[in-house]
Formats: sequence, C-alpha cells, structure tokens
Amino acid sequence: MNSQYPNNASEMPDRLHGPLARMLASWEFLLIIVAVLIFFFNTQASPYFLDAWNLSDATFNFTEKAMIAFAMALVIISGEIDLSVASIVALVSTSMGFAVQLGFDTPSLILIAIAVGAACGAFNGFLVATMGLPSIVVTIGTLSLFRGIAYIVLGDKAYSGYPDSFAFFGQGYVWWVITFEMVLFMIIAAIFYVLLHRTSFGRSVKAIGNNPTAALFAGIRVPRVKFMLFVLSGIMSAIAAICLTSRLGSTRPSIAVGWELEIVTMVVLGGINILGGSGTILGVFIAAIVMGMVTFGLGLLNVPGIVMSIFTGLLLITVIALPIVIRRARQRVAN
Amino acid sequence: MPVELSPVLSMQGIVKDFPGVRALSSVSLELYAGEVTALVGENGAGKSTVVKVLTGIYQPDQGAITVTGVARQLTTPKDAARAGITAIHQETVLFDDLSVAENIFIGHAPVTRLGLVNWQKMNDDAAALLERIGASVNPKALLKDLGIANKHLVAIARALSIDARVVIMDEPTAALSQKEIEELYLLVEQLKSDGKAILFISHKFDEIFRIADRYTVFRDGELIGDGLINDTNSADLIQMMVGRTVEGVFPPRTNDLGNLILQVNNYSHPTEFEDISFSLNRGEILGFYGLVGAGRSECMHALFGITRPSAGHMSIDGELVSLKSPADAIAHGLVYVPEDRGKQGAITALSIVDNIALPSLQNTSHKGFVRMAHEFALARKFTQRLELKAAALDQPVGELSGGNQQKVVIAKWLATQPAIIILDEPTKGIDIGSKAAVHAFMRELASQGLAVIMVSSEIPEIIGMSDRIIVMREGRQVAEVGRDDVTPEALVKAAAGIEEASVA
Repeated sequence: MNSQYPNNASEMPDRLHGPLARMLASWEFLLIIVAVLIFFFNTQASPYFLDAWNLSDATFNFTEKAMIAFAMALVIISGEIDLSVASIVALVSTSMGFAVQLGFDTPSLILIAIAVGAACGAFNGFLVATMGLPSIVVTIGTLSLFRGIAYIVLGDKAYSGYPDSFAFFGQGYVWWVITFEMVLFMIIAAIFYVLLHRTSFGRSVKAIGNNPTAALFAGIRVPRVKFMLFVLSGIMSAIAAICLTSRLGSTRPSIAVGWELEIVTMVVLGGINILGGSGTILGVFIAAIVMGMVTFGLGLLNVPGIVMSIFTGLLLITVIALPIVIRRARQRVAN
Repeated sequence: MPVELSPVLSMQGIVKDFPGVRALSSVSLELYAGEVTALVGENGAGKSTVVKVLTGIYQPDQGAITVTGVARQLTTPKDAARAGITAIHQETVLFDDLSVAENIFIGHAPVTRLGLVNWQKMNDDAAALLERIGASVNPKALLKDLGIANKHLVAIARALSIDARVVIMDEPTAALSQKEIEELYLLVEQLKSDGKAILFISHKFDEIFRIADRYTVFRDGELIGDGLINDTNSADLIQMMVGRTVEGVFPPRTNDLGNLILQVNNYSHPTEFEDISFSLNRGEILGFYGLVGAGRSECMHALFGITRPSAGHMSIDGELVSLKSPADAIAHGLVYVPEDRGKQGAITALSIVDNIALPSLQNTSHKGFVRMAHEFALARKFTQRLELKAAALDQPVGELSGGNQQKVVIAKWLATQPAIIILDEPTKGIDIGSKAAVHAFMRELASQGLAVIMVSSEIPEIIGMSDRIIVMREGRQVAEVGRDDVTPEALVKAAAGIEEASVA
C-alpha cells in the first residue's frame, strides 16, 4: 500500500492537483454549465427574458430564500437541519407588524426582527445542541410552533401600514436596475463565503459534519458551534423576513409558507452534502441563481406553478442521483 | 473422556492479509465433536480474524476449510450457518426489539401453509429449546428486557435451533457474574454431551483449564502450538503466548526523568473504573496494561475531559485542574490519541492538512481567520518528523494506510505542542515499519521532556517502551511495576488475575 504513495514528507507537494484541475472537477463548475445552458435556453424561449428590468424583477425569486439558504448550508454541513426557517420568517414578520401597530419606527422594527429571529434560533439551538435532541424532529416541531403563534396573533387578519422608510429594504433600488436586495444578497454571500472557507469557525463546522466524535476529541466545542449555527439561521431568517415584509408591504400568517423545502433544495442543488461534512458557498450561490432563472423562464412561458415544482423536483433528484450513479458505475468497472 | 476421531471442522493453511498487515499466516485449527478447544493468544494474535473467517465475514486469501470432511467456501454468514457453524459473541448480536422466540428462529421461522409465520409453533419450539438448556426465559419476552446471561442462553438456543455442529464462543464470560459463569459452564458441558464441537476463546486461564479439552495458541497471526489441555499448564501457555524477544527492537531510554507534571488521585467512575491514582514525570513513558475491557480507555477518556469522574482529582504542573471538555484538556497541554483512528482520531474525509491543523486552529489562525500557509507549514513540519508517506498534503486521510493514518493523528496532536500525550493503542493494526517509526518517535518525544502515557495490550510493546507499567483489571489498578522488574509472565498473570485461582 505504501508503494502507492512514494513521496516522503520532504518532497511531498502541498496539493496533488493544480487550481485549474480542481476547478474542472468541481460541482460548482458543473452548476455553472447548467446555469449557462438555462440562460441560453431562456433567451431562446422568450424575447422578454433579456430585458434588464425583467431580469431585475426576477431576482426577487431567489434573493430572500438564498439569504436563508447560506445559513442553512452551514447548518446542513454541520450534520443538522433547520426546517423551521419559514415559520421564523412568519413569526418575525408578525412581530414587526405587531410593533407597527404600537407605533415603532423603522430602526426599532429591524432590531425587533433580529431579536425575534435570534430568539427562535436560540430556542432550536438549545433543544438540539444543549439537550442533544435530533434537529429534524425539533425543527419540525418549531415549524408548527412558530407559525402557530403567528396564526394565534393574526387570525385571518393582516398587518399593514408599515412606515414609508421601511419599504426600501424590499422595494428600493441602489443604482439603475440593481435592487437593494440584490446588493444585500451579494454582501451576505461574501460574508458566508469568508465564514465557511476562511475562518476557524467554518473549519469547525466542516469537522463536526464529517465526524462529530473526532471533532469533539480534537477539542472543538461541538455544542457551542451547533448552538451558534441555529442562532445564525434564525438571524438570517429575520433578515429575509424584513426584505419580504417590506416588499409585500403587509403580513399574513401564511407568509413564506413552504419555503423551507425550497431552501433545502437550493442548498442540496448547490452541492452541500445532505449528510453533512462538505459543500461550498459558491455552489449555493450558483444554485440560487439557477433556481431563480428556472422559475423566471418557466414563468415567461406561462407554465403554471405546479409544473414548475415538478421541474424543480426532477432537477433536484437528477443532480443528486447523477454523481452517485457515476460513482457506482466506476466502481463496477474497477471491480 | 474425549475420543479420538476425525475433526468436525478443519482449517488448513489459512492466510488472511489486510493492507500492510498479515493477520493470519498459514494457520491450522481442528475442532472435534464433543470437545472444547480453547483458542488462546494476545490481542492482535488473530483470534477474532479466525472467528470472522469461520462465520463467513472474512474470506481467507489462501487455505481450505472442511466441515465433516466436505470442503466448504464460507463466503457469507449464511454459508456458515448452512455448514452448521454458529458463533456466540462477547456482546451478543441479537435483536433487542424482537421477542426471544423471534431471535431464536429469525431467518428460519416455521411458517404456515399460507407462508405466514407460525407463531404458535415458533413459541412452542422456542420454549422446548430453552427448557432443554435449562433457561427459564419466556419465549414471548422482548430480548431487551433480558440480562446478559439470559441473552447468551438465547444465543445458545439459536445455535441449537439451526442444528449447529460447531459452536464458537468468543469471550462469552467477559461480562458475566460468577454465578452466571457457572451456569454457562454447565451449558457448555451439555453442548459437549450433545456432540457439538466448541471453539472457546478466552483470556481467563482458570476457565480454560476448567472446561477446555484442547488448546490452540496463536501469536502474531501464527499457530504456535496445540494439544490436549491435560498435557500443558498455564506457565507453558503464557510462554507460548508472549514468547518473543523483547530486547533490541525498541529504542532504549537515554534521558533522565524531569519533574512531576501530572498527579492523579483516586479517579473513579460509576461503572468503568475505580480509585485510579498515579503520577507522571516529564520525559517518562508510563504504560497501562490490561485486558480489553479493563477500563483503561475509559480512564483516559476521563483524564481528557470527555467523561467526568465521579470522584478524585488531578493536577497538572502542581495546579489542581478540572477538565470539562477536550478543549479544556488541550488548553492545559494534555492531549489524547484515541484507539479508534477512524471514528475518534482522524476525520478521514478531510485532508491531511485539515486534520493536522484542526486542534491547532487557534495558533494557525489570526483573529478567527484561517491562514492556509501557516497550516501547510505546520502540517509539513510534523509529517516530516514522522516520515509520513502520502501523495500530497491535501490528500484525504482515508486514502492512507493504517500506519500513515496513525502518523497523521499523532502529528495533529504534537502540533499543539502538548506537555502530556496519551497514546491509546498507538500501534494497533499498523504495519511493522510504521510501528518502529512510532516507537522511535515516542522515545524521542520523551527525551525532549514530553510526558507520555501509553495504553497498550501488546506485551512486547508495553515492556519495551514503558519506564513504568500500571496494570488494570476490571476497572482497578492491580499492579505497578518498574521497567527493570517486569516479566511478561507477571504482567499476564496480574492482568488476568491468575494468582487468585489455583492453577494446575
């Protein structure tokens, strides 16, 4: 076995393959090809696709979900999952609507939103990290719980009457067709890229997802890291809730219903291993754009929503199955 | 009295290779009807490999197995069952949430004409089998509600239900009380009188001499000797088990001991160990010897902050410390290289450099941001010292051989620049070359003033490397001997508790 690796440590290279080879073999590269293909297909399918304002509008399809997806990516890499994110959006939005009735101004609304999101995340984090309960069960529970509270507070009513200054987050433009949300999405993507790939926190998240026992033995404070991830997920849900509520201008208890599955889809499509341990922020970034373009393109073709979800489902299964099928085929050949 | 017949089961010239290690080299084993053959050997001698070959879990690379004169290929556990071979393991491999009767008949349950399970017949047959072996167990009870002794009885009833000719018992008494052991002996007698051929694996010499008719000794995957138990004694068996030249292979100690670094007093755990006290100096290698299950690893886990002791305290460098997590232990300069490389030691999917940098992230990073160049420099420095062989530093650890994986794990801990390092079975399952490198390196570290605790079940290693040896048995510290006073025989006796039993 040793003869296979003849290198002594002194002459061993840092990396086996150069940056180009690693890029070509990566999941992200495949995703970029898919994105280019869909872009090309969309330009052929509809003459309205390449309109700057249309494209700008289309980004709302994914920017808010993608903000949560970046946090979800980290949670999933750590080997957990947070299915309560859409319900946190609902509860945060309801809290803001409630605060508006009491006359709070825009900066206070933002603070309240972040605080409620963080508190929801901390509740999940406490149950998962401190109590050691399985996150899939905990967050299915809080999925019902958080939205249930929103329904109790709101009933079949809706909150509206948000201050004018609040509208900027979901409706404002920074320059020409560039929306505030788009800029925020890029900034958040960059922050999460650094967090996962360039900090020791990100390193710990990956280590935990690959092997929680070995991570613990390596001196990583596993419960603390997991707790922080759920709080982060809550905060990102709150930021998405601010944008969404601002864009819609009102709050209903059914706001963002079903988003959690779309977000998980986005994350998995982005190449994050659903079993934890691996994946990149760049992958999620491209996957968000791919999903946004698919939705937009099908919308331009007047394809009904239900068909879109069929398409998204097939896309997800295909991209997950493909590498596995290829690996099995390779093994069969090797044997 | 045993009657000389042709063997029920015969293994001839069995060879089994694992990457870098030859687990069995041309061993032979014969089992006779109505006789108990004791398989004796140190940990790593190849006993478990033989069991796995006989039960169809491993396929031998060479050699032949014949059962009642017919050559057999045991490629799956089902083949083994069909050939009439069954095994009762140390920890029974049964189904906790099924009933006793289901456990006995799983895979060959009696069915009705419609192809459904005939519960009435299954429960009746189970009751009959259980009565035959004198077990007072309700066939409808769930297995998880039974004690270990009764679970063994269920396993034995299962062996009888498939009409096994060969019964393998792998350390069946390891977790039993004295009374339960006596009952098990009676059962073994009954299996013998039923004409079963029994392979009995045990570390306990008193029980070997009590129930075995024959013995077979393995050492380092080789057959060392076999014969009738009446023709041997425990001294000869121990000689065969450990009889290796210990001198010369291991690097000698050249340094003087430094000052006291670690003091442990009365460390106890509710179930695993009790009243462990010892001291450790800089530059010293302290060996922990004992049988598997003696509580050594559990004790080390408590020292490393993974579990909490129920009593006792420890001080590092004269300062009383309470370690609540591995992170605390690392901060105090105490690190632990675990026994289970794949599960606890390395993150096999991650690269060499990621693994090595992981516990040192605080040093290689700057204000929470990682610095790759520092990580690669750190990894290179320590892999060079350990003479790691790999294709590149970004290669996943899982692709390396066992010996090289172990080097990565040791490198990752040395990179934290600890004051005390605990090595749990540091050379288990790695090739001879890597072993020698690890040994030489341990000695070098000690001579640089590192305090080393080494848990090992290998007699030559523990004697060759340790300056002082603590022997544990059943969670207790039973002996402490210096390097110059130790003999292999004394260690084995202390670990197995032989002085208590009067041995023939």
